[in-house]
Amino acid sequence: MSVFTLEASLALLGLVLLLLEAFKPEISRRTLGYTAMAGTALALVLLPLCGTQLPEFMQPWHQIDTLALFYKGFALVITLLVLWLTLECAPYLTRFTLDGKLAEMFSLPLIVCAGMMWMASARDLVTIFITLELVTISFYVLVAFARKSALSLEAGVKYLILGALSTGVLVYGIAWIYGATGSMNFDAIGKALANPATSKSAALFGAAMLLVGLGFKVAAAPFHMWVPDVYQGAPTPVTTFLSVGSKAAGFVVLTRALDAFAAPGSIIGSEVQSLLLVGGSLTVLLGSLPAIFQTSVKRLLAYSSISHAGYLLLALACGSGGRFDIGSNGIVAFYLATYLPMTVLGFLALGLMRVNGQGEDLGDFQGLAKRSPLLALVITIAFASLAGLPLTAGFIGKMFVFLSLVDHGYWGALTCAVIAAAAGFYYYFRIILAMYTTEGSEKPALTLTPLTKAIACGLALVILALGVYPRPLQKVLTPPAAAVVVK
Amino acid sequence: MSVLEIVILLPILAALAVLFGAPARAASVGATLANLVIVLALSWQYAAKGSTGLAFTQAREVLANPAISFSVGADGVSLILALLTAIVMFAAVWQIQDRPAIFYVASLLIGGGALGAFLTTDVFFIYAFHELALIPTFLMIALHGHAEPIERKKVAWKATVYLGVGSLVLLAGLVWLVVEFSGGRDLTFDLEALRAQAKLTPLPVEKQGVIFFVLLLGFGTLVSLFPFHSWAAPAYATAPTPVAMLHAGVLKKFGLYGLLRIALPLLPQGANVPWVQNALLLMLLGNILVMGLVTIRASRLDDTLANSSVMHMGYIFLALAAGSEIALKGAVLLMFAHGVSIALLFALSGKMRNQLGTLEYSKLGGLASHAPAFTVLFAFGAFASIGLPGLSNFAGEAMVFAGSFTTFSGTLTNLHWTVILALWGVVMSAVYMLRAYRHIFHGSATTGLFMSDPALPQRLPLILMAATLLLTGCCPWLLLNLLKGALAAS
Repeated sequence: MSVFTLEASLALLGLVLLLLEAFKPEISRRTLGYTAMAGTALALVLLPLCGTQLPEFMQPWHQIDTLALFYKGFALVITLLVLWLTLECAPYLTRFTLDGKLAEMFSLPLIVCAGMMWMASARDLVTIFITLELVTISFYVLVAFARKSALSLEAGVKYLILGALSTGVLVYGIAWIYGATGSMNFDAIGKALANPATSKSAALFGAAMLLVGLGFKVAAAPFHMWVPDVYQGAPTPVTTFLSVGSKAAGFVVLTRALDAFAAPGSIIGSEVQSLLLVGGSLTVLLGSLPAIFQTSVKRLLAYSSISHAGYLLLALACGSGGRFDIGSNGIVAFYLATYLPMTVLGFLALGLMRVNGQGEDLGDFQGLAKRSPLLALVITIAFASLAGLPLTAGFIGKMFVFLSLVDHGYWGALTCAVIAAAAGFYYYFRIILAMYTTEGSEKPALTLTPLTKAIACGLALVILALGVYPRPLQKVLTPPAAAVVVK
Repeated sequence: MSVLEIVILLPILAALAVLFGAPARAASVGATLANLVIVLALSWQYAAKGSTGLAFTQAREVLANPAISFSVGADGVSLILALLTAIVMFAAVWQIQDRPAIFYVASLLIGGGALGAFLTTDVFFIYAFHELALIPTFLMIALHGHAEPIERKKVAWKATVYLGVGSLVLLAGLVWLVVEFSGGRDLTFDLEALRAQAKLTPLPVEKQGVIFFVLLLGFGTLVSLFPFHSWAAPAYATAPTPVAMLHAGVLKKFGLYGLLRIALPLLPQGANVPWVQNALLLMLLGNILVMGLVTIRASRLDDTLANSSVMHMGYIFLALAAGSEIALKGAVLLMFAHGVSIALLFALSGKMRNQLGTLEYSKLGGLASHAPAFTVLFAFGAFASIGLPGLSNFAGEAMVFAGSFTTFSGTLTNLHWTVILALWGVVMSAVYMLRAYRHIFHGSATTGLFMSDPALPQRLPLILMAATLLLTGCCPWLLLNLLKGALAAS
């Protein structure tokens, strides 16, 4: 069995669940949710068992290398967590849906997941465009899912308009690149760009448009304005999915595209890298500095998500040929792997607060340590990691990024990143401090199911394990010395 | 598994156990007592064998390229500081009374972090463990400090900003060192590898000076080097007692330890570059003279102690500026002595605050007649702090001053002038400490303020610290034996 059958089966399962809900309305949401989770979990188990062979006809547009496998696993893990989070938040979410049901909340994530997995293997622009749209259009529905909530509707409209706009820009960029290089395939584009006869301005314009379009998707400045509103309005599980899944998807595409655009010898390599450097520097600052003033924790996490996108862009900007075997693609993957557990834990906390009838503001976190000591502890670990405290996963990710910047001598970008990280310490620790104050401890305790506790503790342990012993993950992500990409 | 790993993990695991509902006092006291016994045994073994260099080493690879490993190892300097940590941590945990479990957790984490910083030999973990210890410090000041909530949050944020920025500067300096000394393509954070490379290919002197200065600013801020000291006094005066004991007594020594263990061996000429040395001399004079005068002006005991603790750091910086073997060994002794004496004094002032509700000199007086045992213990701390012969600090200060004046050849250099001026610090110490002693314990008792001696079990950690001061004061060779071969001028 090959990996793409997994992807097709997941999408199929999504469709089946959708139909099932439509024709058998009495089916309970637990059945739907657990079926979707079981399917995803099964796929996750089968993933390492699948061979990497591909039929001949697929090889021009599909590849299965270390990075692709990693991102496929990543997509499955985050989908599984989001499905579980949806079940966890269901009592609250159903109040805002028209019929009190959540069917599409369980089927669409499967389709998104299939899209993200397929995207990880893409080796031409058409595949990338199709999978990206599969993911984005599903997200339009998910973001606006809480239809009785004005915030969710507003978020849906904003996301739809800006998403459509960015898609347009993306297609425009693809067209220019095709015009300049005569191909949609990354290998062919890379070859054409190494040829000095290729029109530099056309290729550069196309690449820049492509970066703008993808910049929207990964929330890079100056195309990040939609993020706080959409993240705040969307149902919390969807926000989690957007913040982790959609971002990872965007970075897979960027990684693949940059392998072609910024390969050594490319005529537009240095310009593309400068664009990324400037964009990354702007993004870390425009994410971190406004976050200082947020009082809604959900908005704060949105800004934090922007700033993390900035660090990722800076890692990508370092390109190939650095001092580290893991390479900048590996660093991006590593950073995303550390980003997953801490972000999910942050949003899990918000979801649990809502389910227990409390708000999402800083004030609502006051005294949490007294009310729910375990939850407060795992959130502390998550926020400490988001801030980049040593001995947590977040520090190792940031360390890789910063050391790469030092290695390449990008001092300006490094300064921006350091300022952003310093600001990060302030706003994350404000939440931690609030949790441990004695004020607010009279509010009711949160009720957590044993499963919730287990998953939260598990994620916190992953954060600590990656922070103290990151070597195994580094081994997985380090490409084999000779063959960088499996051809 | 190296025994040092156990020493580091024991308090951290105990802290986790308490968080998850283990009996707080029993777990904390048990873990810290076990730690104290182990560290004492290790030190005895190290001295008895006449060892030099690193002992009890072990390394576990954590990351390759950049090479980072969880490697532990101790030489005399780290053992003395680990001993200091174990003593103060045990005393700090023991003296906690009727407080929520978080007091125990924070004390264990600060102590465990400090032990980790002193006993690991990988720059990554040295830095990481120090950060681990800082976090509970801030949280405890902000949440349980002795001030109005708004006021104590201000104090905590001020300390956070200073120490956070200091840590960032430090990180920059450390990364610079790592990049310079890694040799070859792969970065390594292993201190021993970096030292070997620094011996092999030393940097140009001027560059050594620049990196040394960056490290001095980073580490210096953590040790409250003048003029980056203003976070320290309010933080110590506000911090809950065990946190003040552990931070002023132990954690602050991390910056000095870092300069001794990382900056001096890797950049042996760095402190001798004239502009660096002159800047350091000026700053340390600021610590001794300016802070000495500030301390004399203090009107409350906690202010006096907090400021004096900033001031006394100046002597240790003096030893670093001089760089002679005797001065550096004296500095290590003084770090130990200051740690124990300031922890003892903070423990006592905490007890006074609990019983009397105030520490203002104008309201206190005549306590000696109510609480004779308490008075004697305070006298130990205060006289040690002044530098009375027979108590620990004297040996350290004497070695620092003598060791800093060794290269006299007829003309007085800036270093010599600094020593001459710094000596006045001893006088100032005597002025403010004796004044505090007289105000609090002598004279006529103020009506309504009554204080009794602590019960016998509560005296135990105080007696332990006082006895340590006396023992190492009368027999400084007990500690100096650990330093054979260490810190020799390179």
